[in-house]
Amino acid sequence: MHDLNKIDEIIQAYADTRTPLIYVLKDVQKEYGLLSDEILTRVAQKINIPLSEIYGVATFYSLFTTTAKGKHIVRCCNNAPCHVKGSKAVLDHIKSYLGLEMGETTPDGTFTLEFTSCLGLCAVAPVMMVDNEVYGNLTPEKAVAILKDYKMKGTSHA
Amino acid sequence: MEQITLKIDGRPVTVPAGSTVLEAAEKAQITIPRLCYHPDLPPVSACRLCVVEIKGDRLLRTACSWKASEGMEVTTSSRVVRESRKIAMELLLSRHPMRCTECVRNGSCELRTVADQLGIREIRFAYNERKGFLDTSSLAVVRDPGKCILCRRCVQTCTMVQSVSALGMENRGYDVWVDTPFGKGLGDVACVACGQCIDRCPVGALYENSHIQRVWDALDNPNLHVVVQTAPAVRVAIGEEFGMPAGSLVTDKMVTALRRMGFDKVFDTDFTADLTIMEEGYELLGRIKNGGTLPLLTSCSPGWINFIEHFYPQLLPHVSSCKSPQQMFGALAKTYYAEKAGLQAKDIYVVSVMPCTAKKYESDRAEMNSSGFQDVDAVLTTREAATMMKQIGINLAELPEEEYDAPLGISTGAAVIFGNTGGVMEAALRTVYEVVTKKPLDTVEITAVRGMEGVREAEIDLDGLKVRAAVANGLANARKLMEKIVSGEANYHFIEIMACPGGCIGGGGQPVPTSLDIRKKRADALYRADRGLKIRKSHENPAILKLYEEFLGEPNSHKAHDLLHTHYTAKTVYSE
Amino acid sequence: MHRIHILIAMDAHTISQGARSIKDAMTRELALAGLANEVRVVETGSLGIYDKGVVLVVFPDAVYYVGVKMEDVTEIISEHLIKGRIVERLQYLDMPSGEAKAGDKSARVSKQIRVVLKNAGIIDPESIEEYIANDGYEALGKALTEMTPEQVMEEVKASAMQGRGGAFFPTGIKWGFAAREKSEEKYIICNADEGEPGTFKDRLILEGDPHAVIEGMALAGYAVGAHQGYVYIRGEYHMSIARMQRAIEQARQQGLLGKNIFSSSFSFDLDIREGAGAYICGEETALIESIEGKRGEPRNKPPFPPSVGLWGKPTIVNNVETLANVPQIILKGAKWYRSLGTENSPGTKVFTMVGNINNPGLIEVPMGITLREIIYDIGHGIPEGKGFLLAQLGGTTGGILTREHLDLPLAVDTLRNAGAGMGSGALLVVDDSQCLVDLVKTFVEFFVHESCGICTLCREGNGRLLELLERMTEGKGAAEDLHLMEELANAMMRGAFCGLGQAAPIPVLGCLRYFREEFEQHLQGTCRAGKCELHAANEAAA
Ligand SMILES: Cc1cc2nc3c(=O)[nH]c(=O)nc-3n(C[C@H](O)[C@H](O)[C@H](O)COP(=O)(O)O)c2cc1C
Ligand code: SF4
Ligand code: SF4
Ligand code: SF4
Ligand code: SF4
Ligand code: SF4
Ligand code: SF4
Ligand code: SF4
Ligand code: FES
Ligand code: FES
Ligand code: FES
Repeated sequence: MHDLNKIDEIIQAYADTRTPLIYVLKDVQKEYGLLSDEILTRVAQKINIPLSEIYGVATFYSLFTTTAKGKHIVRCCNNAPCHVKGSKAVLDHIKSYLGLEMGETTPDGTFTLEFTSCLGLCAVAPVMMVDNEVYGNLTPEKAVAILKDYKMKGTSHA
Repeated sequence: MEQITLKIDGRPVTVPAGSTVLEAAEKAQITIPRLCYHPDLPPVSACRLCVVEIKGDRLLRTACSWKASEGMEVTTSSRVVRESRKIAMELLLSRHPMRCTECVRNGSCELRTVADQLGIREIRFAYNERKGFLDTSSLAVVRDPGKCILCRRCVQTCTMVQSVSALGMENRGYDVWVDTPFGKGLGDVACVACGQCIDRCPVGALYENSHIQRVWDALDNPNLHVVVQTAPAVRVAIGEEFGMPAGSLVTDKMVTALRRMGFDKVFDTDFTADLTIMEEGYELLGRIKNGGTLPLLTSCSPGWINFIEHFYPQLLPHVSSCKSPQQMFGALAKTYYAEKAGLQAKDIYVVSVMPCTAKKYESDRAEMNSSGFQDVDAVLTTREAATMMKQIGINLAELPEEEYDAPLGISTGAAVIFGNTGGVMEAALRTVYEVVTKKPLDTVEITAVRGMEGVREAEIDLDGLKVRAAVANGLANARKLMEKIVSGEANYHFIEIMACPGGCIGGGGQPVPTSLDIRKKRADALYRADRGLKIRKSHENPAILKLYEEFLGEPNSHKAHDLLHTHYTAKTVYSE
Repeated sequence: MHRIHILIAMDAHTISQGARSIKDAMTRELALAGLANEVRVVETGSLGIYDKGVVLVVFPDAVYYVGVKMEDVTEIISEHLIKGRIVERLQYLDMPSGEAKAGDKSARVSKQIRVVLKNAGIIDPESIEEYIANDGYEALGKALTEMTPEQVMEEVKASAMQGRGGAFFPTGIKWGFAAREKSEEKYIICNADEGEPGTFKDRLILEGDPHAVIEGMALAGYAVGAHQGYVYIRGEYHMSIARMQRAIEQARQQGLLGKNIFSSSFSFDLDIREGAGAYICGEETALIESIEGKRGEPRNKPPFPPSVGLWGKPTIVNNVETLANVPQIILKGAKWYRSLGTENSPGTKVFTMVGNINNPGLIEVPMGITLREIIYDIGHGIPEGKGFLLAQLGGTTGGILTREHLDLPLAVDTLRNAGAGMGSGALLVVDDSQCLVDLVKTFVEFFVHESCGICTLCREGNGRLLELLERMTEGKGAAEDLHLMEELANAMMRGAFCGLGQAAPIPVLGCLRYFREEFEQHLQGTCRAGKCELHAANEAAA
């Protein structure tokens, strides 16, 4: 059980914003790490929007998550500009290093592997983003070295 | 109204300004295929089957949403249009579990019909069935999302027409899905069981929780005395299931069919509709006289009761304590009728034929057991009753006519209009007026409360006592009135609410399709039925008078309270 | 007063290479060296040099350093700042900006004209003073004190500028629709959702010169009678959001946003709205839905936003680059603007060069430039001596250009004739070692992921296109598949609900048109490039 009172504060902070749902969800996710049933139910009650609608919004946008994820989220770009610079090889290497398919989380809860759409960093493609840090000019080896670093430190680089 | 003229497939058509291309084509006798369009709802333009070509426009436009304009030239079936529709249909079919022979919509499926209309004879995409879990958590409505074609009609209905929002859209792109939040299931969210979503669904992705098997089991059981009651709205709709036009009044044929199915007695919910008027009418007068909680809200629509319990629990003291006619009937069948027929309550099995899915939920409520047994044992929707008739080879349209059994089959015109929005109000006023004024009504028909608008108001003068009344149909409209009560703006004495648009004639258990047009025809048929009856006021029903005399005493007596009244439970929108 | 400014490019590219820690180190070391009062370290937007690590420039000398590492910081300070000797091993001579000296004549400089990017990388984007010192807010002042709203609109109309969001709709005409509406409440929205793969121009404008966008929005507001604007920025663009936020606050402090700007009767204010990860929210009605707190699903049109937009009110949605052009048009006049570019496509265009190209990055060039000039002169050609296979212009929804288009002048009309479009201005260069079918698959994967899912043709259609392509690269394709793909793609192009579903098949059809034999080869079990699963399967079988 989370302490859900923070949700009320967050909603209060947007009292002057017209149609604030998405910003509320962002802050709530920042606070709790995910948008679970329990959490969204509280949001629905306080903000007076049906849960089905909120859930619809939460599952529409890729920056929201309704399930728990790993400590570090590895988002790989595989859009065309990254693709022609070899992102697939990078991705394959990461997959086999982590033993994950896209969307999965390591059993120890350290990493979740996902796609990202183009981050606009294609000039240094291929690119991946770990949490909020971006890494460009990747090679398969470089990518795995970065992830090893995260694993060893157990903390984010930021 | 301003008229415009456009050309459709080369022929001029004149329509009112603001018409869509689809409506204009209809006028030119062209049926444009459509799946997501429903006349009750604003267009979402999701299916892309209704595309047409408009001269000078590179893009195809959806006839369901595109407005006709003066001088516009539309082609509804060029090669490009045909190919586009075919591709869209193949895309839908290639993900659809085509198990038509075991599908509730086998005979009325819009997907099948449109596929046939398009002449689909092969599906070129690899078969990739949309997987979905059957949601059987609700006592009223079953969801089979695997069959969903994502037309969104159910979501629009649940959110816009009913303002319940039990269903919503989830995910995006290829993974888009209609579901309850977090996949909880309809039984575990604040779904009010109205079944309106079923009425709008073009395919078999939504249907009622079937009681057909229970009813056959009861009929096959020689130790049970099985009685059936039919709601007012069923008689003007069930014919549609047998190909009869909307608005066919088939009361007596229906009685014959039910008898042939093996029911020991064929009774009428209209009997207890009359009784409801007596009980509720006296309750109203009592509240007005004794300064009770006003406005009084009607209680005969279980979809509405579910709604107020979940969404406005603070207003529950306003709700009449009367059970719905269905439940009153069950309670009397197992007491009054049992006594008269020399039967024991435990040996009586009560089946209802209802226009309603919420009544399945209602019949299961723990408090509905005044005789010591559940008032009602099984609830069939109009559609299910028709299915059972078909199962034993009955074609309703061709049957001879028979009459209801007495005494629980005797009723008045006031009862039959219960099936329409405004009907309960009108029936109640007919009685209340005469009881209060002790004068006969000049005109029996109180047209001020009739019609299909969402909210209607009227003021009736009872010898100086002005009764202010309001009527709402559809829960989004009901919500408007509730907000007025909450804010203190409402100064009514009496409010009738029916969960379904048009009232029970538009109920979630009625034949599909339903639309405003069809609802109007059914409603007209009920008013016709009323006009055709000699007795048109509940307090003049001889069987009801006898019931009070022999059994209940007087309206709102202690015994009446035990059997015919109930209480409500405050609920939340979200389980905590 | 500081004697020396060090501008350090702080954009997502350079941050990904460690610019942040270099800046911190530089500040720290300068303080240790006692230079804190003499040398100021300033973050700036992108300097237009990519792929070269951390980039900084020392002013007033205008010396560019690239690939700066931690260990180089003290060397730059002791050598350049203290002793005045350039650290040659780090110096970059192929400067992107026309302002750079050092006798550079590289094509990258000579072909470029900077209108939108005139300040980017030159000024400190966090300083409104520097923007003002470079003619900033002069256009707004001029408009509010000397011009009527109609005159502002007429000037923009006369410039014939077309929106840079991809559809190239004439901006002045669009404004006219909203100006005509009688409503107290109107909105200006700056579309900074920029999700088109390969595109990052809007981000660099926001990060490098946020005030230009603010000024453009205020001018738009004045012209159409709106008093509130929203900048809708992609949620992933953390720095753009922060820079814009700061710029808005500064503008408010200076009275350039808020009530009675320049003592006129005109009031205008701005707020930021963030996206939450959905490419479709770049589509203007989906964007509006998103601001309204809903799923980013496009609306049925008409009505169009200039009549019924945000919260049902008349709303102008313009792209970042479009808005950044506006102050210059008002300041220098429509005639000046029309002197740039071509007759039917006036002005400059910002392109992002990505993919298999030696010198990737952001450029601003006049309309009418050729593909060859961009790729070979400015972009320095294709790496590793590989050949040119194709270019995709306009992002993943863009059309396909091949060898035969290398000398086509790039303008809205010429491209349209070639079945392509300028789109967002992303230029993806693909070399001839790539598997074409694999590439097309990548395009379609994007749409499968980003379709909103309302309509059958796009939701299911993209899914099925992908499946047909997968079958092809897995060696399971059938001869009829190409025809089915074409029929499906054509239906989507004309029949999908919105621009996404309509544009998604463009690159597919383009590739089918120019490289049909590659698809056929796959159906027969061979892949020229040897990169896809088919190749792997063939290898395994052998
Ligand atoms: C799928 C889709 C994505 C779009 N993405 C963007 C975008 O990221 N940025 C943008 O400015 N316009 C985008 N547009 C175009 C906008 O709908 C709109 O036309 C544009 O913002 C108008 O600005 P302009 O008139 O200045 O060009 C997109 C359109 C579609 C159909
Ligand atoms: S929904 Fe229609 S097409 Fe689907 S299985 Fe049922 S009858 Fe067949
Ligand atoms: S319609 Fe065709 S597929 Fe369906 S049951 Fe009849 S013969 Fe079989
Ligand atoms: S039964 Fe009524 S409340 Fe329940 S999901 Fe359907 S429409 Fe909504
Ligand atoms: S369940 Fe039925 S009504 Fe609802 S979206 Fe699916 S097909 Fe349409
Ligand atoms: S209006 Fe009639 S059909 Fe609808 S829920 Fe109420 S009782 Fe049932
Ligand atoms: S074309 Fe695609 S993105 Fe656009 S409405 Fe249809 S499904 Fe959504
Ligand atoms: S063989 Fe493989 S790599 Fe080559 S073109 Fe075909 S799919 Fe692409
Ligand atoms: S394509 Fe990967 S960052 Fe742009
Ligand atoms: S009926 Fe028009 S798009 Fe579905
Ligand atoms: S159930 Fe009585 S008519 Fe609705």
